Amino acid sequence: MAEILTLPPNLPDAQNAEVGASKFCPGCGHGITLKALAKAVDELGIKQKTVFGCDIGCSLLAWNYMDLDTVQTHHGRTTPVIYGFTRANPEAIGIAYMGDGGGLAIGAQHLVNATVRGERMMIIVVNNTNYGMTGGQMSPTTMPGQKTETTPYGRDCSVTGKPAKAAEMVAAIADPQKSFVARSSVSNMMKLKQTFVKGLKNVQNGGFSFVEVLSICPLNWRTNNVDTFGRLAQMEEFFEVKEFLVPEGV
Amino acid sequence: MVNKLIKEDTKMFLTGNEVLAYAANSAEAEFMYGYPITPQNEIMHTWCKLLPKTEAGFLQTEDEISAGFSTIGGILAGKRAFTATAGPGNVIMQDAQSMAEMMRIPFVCAVMQRGGPSTATVIYAQQETRLTCFGGNGEGFRIVYSTAGHQDLYDYMIKAFNTAWKYRFPTYVLADGYQGKMREPVTLYDPASRGITMVPTTKALLADGQIGVDRKSAHLRNTYNMEEELMEVLEGYKADYEKMSEEVAEWEEYKAEDAEILVIAHGIVARSARTAIDELREKGIKAGLFRPITIRPLAVKPLRAAVSRAKQILFTESANGQLAQMVLEKLYGLNTPYSTLFKMGVGVTGDDIVNKVESMAVAV
Amino acid sequence: MSRTKIVLAGEGGQGVQSIAKILVEAGYEAGRQVLYIPNFGVEQRGGVSIAFCQIADETIGEPRFAKGDIIIMLSDRAIDRCSAYVDENSIVVYDTSVCTKKPEVKCKEIIGVDANKIANEQLSARVFNIIILGVLLEATHVLELSDIKNAMEQALGKKFDAKPELRELNYKALEMGMGLIKERTAV
Repeated sequence: MAEILTLPPNLPDAQNAEVGASKFCPGCGHGITLKALAKAVDELGIKQKTVFGCDIGCSLLAWNYMDLDTVQTHHGRTTPVIYGFTRANPEAIGIAYMGDGGGLAIGAQHLVNATVRGERMMIIVVNNTNYGMTGGQMSPTTMPGQKTETTPYGRDCSVTGKPAKAAEMVAAIADPQKSFVARSSVSNMMKLKQTFVKGLKNVQNGGFSFVEVLSICPLNWRTNNVDTFGRLAQMEEFFEVKEFLVPEGV
Repeated sequence: MVNKLIKEDTKMFLTGNEVLAYAANSAEAEFMYGYPITPQNEIMHTWCKLLPKTEAGFLQTEDEISAGFSTIGGILAGKRAFTATAGPGNVIMQDAQSMAEMMRIPFVCAVMQRGGPSTATVIYAQQETRLTCFGGNGEGFRIVYSTAGHQDLYDYMIKAFNTAWKYRFPTYVLADGYQGKMREPVTLYDPASRGITMVPTTKALLADGQIGVDRKSAHLRNTYNMEEELMEVLEGYKADYEKMSEEVAEWEEYKAEDAEILVIAHGIVARSARTAIDELREKGIKAGLFRPITIRPLAVKPLRAAVSRAKQILFTESANGQLAQMVLEKLYGLNTPYSTLFKMGVGVTGDDIVNKVESMAVAV
Repeated sequence: MSRTKIVLAGEGGQGVQSIAKILVEAGYEAGRQVLYIPNFGVEQRGGVSIAFCQIADETIGEPRFAKGDIIIMLSDRAIDRCSAYVDENSIVVYDTSVCTKKPEVKCKEIIGVDANKIANEQLSARVFNIIILGVLLEATHVLELSDIKNAMEQALGKKFDAKPELRELNYKALEMGMGLIKERTAV
């Protein structure tokens, strides 16, 4: 028994073993997403040349989560920091990791322009349909009718417009020859990892990659385990899980 | 490495914006990130025109926010990178500048001031003085050189890179639309010929060595969980800043030794003051100039000494006393009376200063 | 200690900044101290365009001056904008064939020239500004004619070599401009 308890956790090499317990809330989707990402980095053997940027909001808690060279910025600014880096060091594999607020609201201009320019990087938008760290406000991806702190009676799309569909938007403006664009979900970690592998491969080939990850936020959703994954299933119906653009060589 | 274009002393007749691009090249700057805003555009125009020869890098970003943050990205990659901006661009770039301050990133930026607030004029002002020194949600741990002409632009742009990389505080060359757009002769030189060695750059991310073998992974953050944790970090910064201040503070005095009326002005206005002082001296009025070159940090000791010697002070700016407020704080305890000549967003001429000082002299 | 303070003002597109550049380049090449500020509005075209030029023997202090030694006004709007730079020691030049009014200022001398008319009728609308440069040169003697010609060669030499008649045209415009002032003094 004692022997079992002292077994080291089965962590991917690209995940920081020293970090101890995760600072993410219990049941948060970031842990699954980051583990899938770390496994993808391991699989491609790119740990030594990957630079990982995380944003403000919940994603900032990833600042020491990975055993990767990391910079934490804010407000969707992870995108320009990382493309600034990879422009200066084209050998590097840049990853910009952010939430739906950082990617689609406050940092939307960076997402749009990085896509159009085909920056050599992978942008990951973790979509949990709300602003988690600031206490659960409506975000661009909040579902129709979803209750948040700023839509306490449910999101009324006649007032707020409809939820933003990030992957569709990015796919519409990206260069299909050089861009990998996909939406994945934390409901299937192995598939999520494979999606990251494809995205990173495309960056290795000199392309631009965008992965939207449908994720869960039981704390702000105020859902139990069953309801959490029930809602995720609803999200997967609303936000189509698929690969939108897959360039050759990926 | 980039190719340096200026290999020997070269006298040229240039606009200030052109001078800044050449200076950055002479300082071995490797990358510029930028976004168009008047009156600083010709810095990047010149930089881009020279690219085939310099083999440096350039990225035109989607706004000044991303120009600032991508500059930080380039610096983290170990490049001597810089940006330039003005007016409303400087306002939105404060986001990145704050981060550079928090993370001690050797961020270099040329600010060519235009009229404010908001869009205002594209021409000229000294109204970004306070913003450049204290913008952002921080304490103003920044170094700001205020230049007064093209030779200054060249000298201090080169110096800014070394100051930034040596002390790791964001460093600015603060000029204005007149300096950016005006043409005057300037002598360009190879910094080495003046005994200037460029401080080597270092990679903050993807540094040499293998993670897990030679080094640990780098985790750079600007977030802190605990109040005390933040204060401890900032106390360290403050101590570094104060220690550095005496080393970097620069000022210029002109006929200030025996001046009864001391004009305090920075940047291009200080040049008008020189013209005025010569004229006033001919008229028998003992006027002199104290010009802070670093307006952040200020050279407090020489400033207080010069003010103590004078009978009256005149603050003059193309703003409503933005420098004066910073200076007055440092003059606490002295009771030399002062007058002001503030022209918001408008150039101060020699005549303006002559008339004002004459009226002050008469009043005594 | 000699310093000449010049204000050139006209409508965007009249070529005010082009002749200011030739003037200051000429001064620079002649080894004089020069300082030139192009003043510009928010618009690229269509506003009043002003050039502040200084040519001096000693280092120039103030970049912007309060009053000019010569103020050249090439449109009604330029008259409105630049009257503030005139004092009793200033020479004011305006174009009678463009402006619909005479500058109402107290100054040393007001000179009206019909450069626009001359350009259109005798030379080419394109060299209107060069006629003005000739006027400026003769009215101030701030530089030698040869200095200006050298600077024009530097700025336009390639065009001149391709089309030698352009050189002729520009030199002619310069001389006609100078002639406008010489005639006046002769009278």
